[in-house]
Formats: sequence, C-alpha cells, structure tokens
Amino acid sequence: MEPNLAFIGQVSDQSQQNVGRCYYCLRCTAGCPAAYAMDYGPAQILRLVQLGQKEALLHSSAIWLCIGCETCGTRCPNEIHAGAVIDALRQMAVAEGVPAAERSVLKLHEAFLNSIRRFGRLHELSMLLEHKVTSRDLLSNLDMGVEMMVKGKIHPLPKRIQGMAEVKDLFEMRDE
Amino acid sequence: MSKQYAFYPGCTLHSTGVEFGQSTELVCQALGLEMVEIPDWNCCGASSAHSMDHTLFLALPARNLALAQQVELDEGGNGRALDLAIPCAACYSRTAAAHLALQEDASFRTRMEAVLGVEYQDRVRPRNLLDIVANDVTRQALRAAVVRPLEGLKVASYYGCLLVRPPQYTQRWDDPEHPQSMDEVLGLMGAEAVPWSYGVDCCGGSLTLNRSDVVVHLVDLLARAAHEAGAEALVTACPMCMANIDGRQKYRGGAPLPRPPKPDYEPLPIFYFTELMALAYGLKVKKVLGKHLVDPRPLLTGLGLV
Repeated sequence: MEPNLAFIGQVSDQSQQNVGRCYYCLRCTAGCPAAYAMDYGPAQILRLVQLGQKEALLHSSAIWLCIGCETCGTRCPNEIHAGAVIDALRQMAVAEGVPAAERSVLKLHEAFLNSIRRFGRLHELSMLLEHKVTSRDLLSNLDMGVEMMVKGKIHPLPKRIQGMAEVKDLFEMRDE
Repeated sequence: MSKQYAFYPGCTLHSTGVEFGQSTELVCQALGLEMVEIPDWNCCGASSAHSMDHTLFLALPARNLALAQQVELDEGGNGRALDLAIPCAACYSRTAAAHLALQEDASFRTRMEAVLGVEYQDRVRPRNLLDIVANDVTRQALRAAVVRPLEGLKVASYYGCLLVRPPQYTQRWDDPEHPQSMDEVLGLMGAEAVPWSYGVDCCGGSLTLNRSDVVVHLVDLLARAAHEAGAEALVTACPMCMANIDGRQKYRGGAPLPRPPKPDYEPLPIFYFTELMALAYGLKVKKVLGKHLVDPRPLLTGLGLV
C-alpha cells in the first residue's frame, strides 16, 4: 500500500487539523457512538490519513456513518477534531465521485440539500419522497411518517422563501 | 423588564418539532424574553451541508447572521450587540460555526459580503435558547412564574451532542462533558432531575432514516440508562433528539410489516424542556403534548400535573 503523500497535506489543509499529532490513545474511538458499526474507528481513520491511505478512506463506510456528534474532538488530548477530518474525507469522496459505501446516507444528504435549493428551507415530505426513490427503499418508516402527518408534524405543501436568488448564489460558492 | 433577542426558529420548529416552537413561544412570553424572528431566514444546512461541502456548510448560516443584523430593536438599540436566540441544537451549532468562520477567516468573510452585498458588523452573537433561559433569567424569576410545581416528576436531562459540543463553538456556556443548566432549570420547576451518565451521549442524529438500526441501538442505550437511573421521562432541547428518542422507541425502522420486535423496556416519554416549563407555569401546552409519538399524558395525569 503506497502512501499518497499529497493526500496527507490535502486532508490537513481542508480540515484545518494537524493529523500528525495523533498518538493513538483511542479516546476518540472509545467514545464514538457509531464506531461499533464502522469499518474503521476514528483513531484508525487518523492513522490511515497519517499513512496516506486515500483509497481505503474514501471507500470506507466510516466516513458515512460518522454522526458528527463531536465527542471525539471534544475529548482528544491533542485537540484534533476527527469529525472535521471525516468531513473533509467525505467532501473529497463526493467531489471525486467515489461511490459511497453507505449509499442511502449520501442520498439523504442530496435530497436534503435539494430541498434547500428548491425552497430555501427543508420541506420534509418532498425530501422524504425523493429519498425513498433515490435510495430505492419505498417502504421503510412509512408507519412513523403517517403518524407524524396525521399529527400535523409533516406539512403537505412547501413554502418558498423570498431570497431564493441569494440561496442559489450560496450554492454556487461551492464551485469557486 | 423585557429583553429583546433576534430569533431563528429553524425549519423544524414549525414542523416535526412543532411542540418545541409552541412551548418556546409561551415560555418566552411568560419570562419577558421578546423574540423578534429574523426575516426570510433559510435552512442552516443541518447535518447535510457540512457532510457534502465545507463552503456551503458555513455559507447557509452566514446568510442568516447577515439577516439578523437587520432586526430592529426598541429605543435606538440598532448598532448595539444583539443575541440571536436559536432553540434547535443543530441550527445553533451550524450558526456558531459560521459566526466563528466570519471572525477568523477573512477570505470567507469577504466572499460572503460580496455575495450578499452586506457588511458584517460583528454585533450578532448566536446563542442557544437553553443558555438564555438558564443564564439571562434569574433563578428567582424562573421560580416566581411557577404556579404548578412539577412535584413527583423524575426526569433525566438529555443534552445530546451539539448543544454543548464542540467547545470552540459553544464557548463553554455549559460544560461539554457534564452540563447542568437543564437540570437546574427543571429543578426550579419542581421536577427531580436524576443523576445519570448518558446526558451527553449521542442519539444517532440524521442516521435515523438510512441506518435506523444504529439509531435504535443508541436510543435503546439511552432509554435503558434513564430507566436504571429511576427516571420516568427524558427531557431534551433538540428537535432531532426528540424525533429519534420519541420515534425510535415506538417505530423500530424498516418496513412496517412484518412488525419488528418491541423494545425490552417500557418506552419513556420525552419532553422539550420548554414544555415542562410551560406546564409548571400553567400555560396551555396540553394540546401540544398530544403530538408526541410516545404519549406523555398518562404519566402527567398519574402525577396530577395535567
């Protein structure tokens, strides 16, 4: 496994984290609520960045299962925010079109951002329907969704904000 | 004496977190906290923007910070420092991240100002609603409004993740590992906040729709721990935590049929802290409580609180 040295610097720049400081105490992994379901825990992710293992990381399930709860970064004795590192890895995987190991998670993020792009705010119903189609999973959670609709917690119709031109500009800042 | 705040409700306070929205309004009115909603706000990007793109993650809430500057205060208060009150923990965290980036990253700030055609005046400070209730209102005032103390109600305060973490966003308005604000507020309402070890453990956040198994696993850990600590309910300050803990004790994910096995414990109701405050203050929240998925009314009726 040849190390990709450019990748180490790229991750450090994008995440603004000094990954080299990790001495593998494993506090991050010990406190991570999703580590049990990941292929690599947060400390392993940092170590793989140190070793320049770009391919393994961008194809990992871990980058999609990180919940972003910030437990790891809050507890790290070296003040490394593994969450920020994982954000950078996920963003890199998206930018390079690497197939997501947890496809449904990616599809939810896409549907969520599409909702903001269309309305400026989240409209749950259309976001959920889009995710059902793109994740190819029509039946999950229908029961919960129905109860929430009956209780008026999911609105049938979206409302669009006035500043849609500005929202469009914000999305275009991505490509600069 | 009323104090004014700019107010960012976020998407969920009108929808899946409608109980939080309505009870927040009631409680703020009762405490003289005047919330002026910022005009035409947009979604903060929640768990998705930061997952996909770093600039978008900061740009979405940065627009809201620019809009908050337009909120006009009484008595020539324009130009004065302005606190932006945000009830949702995730909206609060994203907005705090953008606030920090505008202060520390000059090129981001310049780009935002060019895109929006505004100048940031550095007078808006994002703050979580719980911080405001616990720290801007005196204990005497919080207590004085109580007409029906929540005696006999044993609850576990559940802070979750983004309300108190990471410290560079929260500036440690409460301790990231052992927060106590909610326990104190609930104590003043007459409830008993039991000590437990899971107050800052994560509920699984946005994985609820695509990896419900992970969220069910985490919610089960929380509910079992709350039971063990002797709590009869959980209390939250976050619509995502509410959706997960309220929803996933009852709906276990996957297709509706065949029915998945029920949890091996009795599902616990979960409240927004503002709902319990409204209850203690004798405000009209009974209807709102009917919107929960795990019905909290039998517990409250049993204690003679509704």
